[in-house]
Amino acid sequence: MSVPVRVLALWSPDWPVTAAALAAHVPPERPAAVIVANRVLACSAVARSQGVRRGLRRREAQSRCPELAVLARDPERDARAFEPVVAAVEELAPGVEIVRPGLVALPAKGPVGYFGSEQAAAERLVDQVAARTGVECQVGVAEGLFAAVLAARRGIAVASGGTSAFLAPLGVDELDREPEVDRSELVSLLRRLGLRSLGAFAALAAEDVASRFGADAVLAHRLARGLDPRPPLRRRPPEELTVDIELDPPVDRVDAAAFAARGLAERLHRLLAGHGLSCTRLGVGALTESGEVLHRVWRCAEPLTPAGTVDRVRWQVDAWLTKGGSGAVTRLWLVPEETVAAGALQLGLWGDVGEADERAGRALVRVQALLGPESVVTAVLGAGRDPAERVRLVPWGDDRGDEPEQPAAAGKQPPRGPTPIPAAPAAGEGDVLPSTAPAGWPEDVLRRTGQVSAVPFVRGQDRPRSTNRRRRVPPPRRTTMRQVREPPPMWPGRLPAPSPATVPREPLPAELRDAEGTPVTCTAPDLLSAPPRYLAVDDGEPQAVVQWAGPWPLHQRWWAPDAVESSRVQAVVESGVAYLLAAREGRWWVTGVYD
Amino acid sequence: MADPAVRSEPSASRLERARGVLRGWEDRAASPAGWGGRATATVPEAEGKVLPVAAPLAGLLPAGGLRRGTTVAVAGGPGAGSLAVALVAEASAAGHWVGVVGRPELGLVAAAEAGVRLERLALVPEPGADLLAVTTALVDGLDVVVADAARSGVVIRAADRQRLAARARQRGTVLLSLGSWPGADVELRCAEPRWEGVGCTGAGRLRARSMQVHLHGRGVAPGGRSARLLLPAPGGGVGAERRVVERRARVRVAG
Repeated sequence: MSVPVRVLALWSPDWPVTAAALAAHVPPERPAAVIVANRVLACSAVARSQGVRRGLRRREAQSRCPELAVLARDPERDARAFEPVVAAVEELAPGVEIVRPGLVALPAKGPVGYFGSEQAAAERLVDQVAARTGVECQVGVAEGLFAAVLAARRGIAVASGGTSAFLAPLGVDELDREPEVDRSELVSLLRRLGLRSLGAFAALAAEDVASRFGADAVLAHRLARGLDPRPPLRRRPPEELTVDIELDPPVDRVDAAAFAARGLAERLHRLLAGHGLSCTRLGVGALTESGEVLHRVWRCAEPLTPAGTVDRVRWQVDAWLTKGGSGAVTRLWLVPEETVAAGALQLGLWGDVGEADERAGRALVRVQALLGPESVVTAVLGAGRDPAERVRLVPWGDDRGDEPEQPAAAGKQPPRGPTPIPAAPAAGEGDVLPSTAPAGWPEDVLRRTGQVSAVPFVRGQDRPRSTNRRRRVPPPRRTTMRQVREPPPMWPGRLPAPSPATVPREPLPAELRDAEGTPVTCTAPDLLSAPPRYLAVDDGEPQAVVQWAGPWPLHQRWWAPDAVESSRVQAVVESGVAYLLAAREGRWWVTGVYD
Repeated sequence: MADPAVRSEPSASRLERARGVLRGWEDRAASPAGWGGRATATVPEAEGKVLPVAAPLAGLLPAGGLRRGTTVAVAGGPGAGSLAVALVAEASAAGHWVGVVGRPELGLVAAAEAGVRLERLALVPEPGADLLAVTTALVDGLDVVVADAARSGVVIRAADRQRLAARARQRGTVLLSLGSWPGADVELRCAEPRWEGVGCTGAGRLRARSMQVHLHGRGVAPGGRSARLLLPAPGGGVGAERRVVERRARVRVAG
């Protein structure tokens, strides 16, 4: 096992607030908080001392601290404002990597050797940043980035070789501090299993972790043991992976640079995909008119997507251009500094599978262009008893709500603007349905048969990821582990297979008569007035019923005032077609045809 | 005159290869005097590729599956919906894309039970008057396209039909028509449905239906083939009931 090198992390607490306060000229003594979607995302130390916490509602935060300055979130501003800090650090120590705005990491070896000791290096760096930018920060030194960041939060230098001892007593929720990776599910599971500290988690065997918790947990397990998060077999990318673009005329505006970056990022990703790689550390370089060469390395927790690459390039170029002094950018290049073997991003083995999917996707989008986006749908089987009730239609391209199917998953973009709250299921009937239905109760029985409705029933669709991860906010994000999913609920009363091959969009009215020609009714939910002999569907000719079965009563939504009891009957007519009939509101309906 | 390749009944792959060669010659000769020989060029890469179907149907279909680039018609009537779903199920399970145009009332639960992967099933329930354009667009991108022109009330002219078939042949897409399709390579028809598991006193439930499925078209002896299949089988999908019976054309015995 490789022991990671010693890393020095420099962390500025509450960076979103610091950056926003700087931009809005809020004095440091005034409490401030960055609020996203009506929840506190980050708050300053002054605000915290007055009782403001992450995850609070805005109104509650303001009631605790009336003079609270409420600031908006802007990741680009955060990145831009962080640039002077990075520049200040870079004056003293080379090889600085930005983990995210507010946090940089650098190999400890250089500055420690130069300044004599870790203590001296840390003091020097903190002084330097404070003197140049007026930003407070903390330094931590440990083996590996993960431990170094935790050390920086506590402002300590972990003794060489003592990283696992340092990590052991810390709580498992430290694994879930990274805003880009969501491990809340894993953390809560570990807690419930009684593994409250990183040490307890690290004591498990890696094989057991892999078999029980999945791939992401293996990564977390490596972190908890103080090892490098990624497997040690890493390749240095060959030189030709660098992509560059000449900007003529020179670019001095951010949007123009972002436009150029888009093509560049796509080229880079095509190139990497061709080598079966994806990038986890990206170098962004630029040449300015005055001949200055700028270069900055971005590190990412997960392999970069093209959209993520574009974001980073834009933030970086934005920072450089805003800083000014070196003129317009004439050349831009991207260097994959660190790559790992691509997994899911890869095309099929023979270039077949991914291509077919893409071809199909293009054809479907063309049909959508022709008829409108709602015209092409895919189906998701859901809960319910009726054949029609069990199907949910989702427009092509939308989140199916079960598993990611689209080959090109959207990049993890930071949320912009307020987070939309997903619509409550079946608005207007919300008083009928308890907002938190007990486990196993159907939340979709309210739906009318055959209605095409995708949006209200897709949980948390398109809800941007936020760093707001307090427990009060129900996390609608994709889980990292599929094994802990609840088993599907039972549906007593559902008819077993085979199901009808034809399901009318709206139930068709039908008439069921007995041998004398009098209508057959349900005298009790499970009792017919007479054996059915003739069936007429949708005012058609009566056909003789040769075989029939039922009735099977169906009690559902007994708690709702407008609940309807129904009974179902299967009837085979002379022609060999079988019908699934339901008795509802005193008459018969065809809800399925065994065509 | 019976096809010699059919009479000796070798393994499906050899038969398929032989037929491919034969068709190539047919097309090159472009003689209208042959068995409806077509003048268009055959597909280079899709020739000989066959999409899988469930075992009971594989014994029935001439190529042992849905040959890419062909047009298959499923005649309307009882069992048409189940048969169409059963035909595409195995291909869908193998990861091919299936599109369904103009059939809003397709039973998707039944489709899933038959083995169709719903995430690779694209539905265009209401194409309206654009049925032809939509079908053409889907033929370009998907592997199997099921079109129900009759239900949408759209009349497809013979010229459009030929163009669509040519497009499917060029793209290697299987075009499956619900309802008749003059000029289809293979036509399937269901008859004699018999439900099992249900009586006439209200006892039991529908478990399976046994049906006689007739097939005729290119690559099959003129009398066609037929098999008794369970459609749907217990649990959905298609099951076998009896062996394929090949009805050979009567051969005149010369003295």
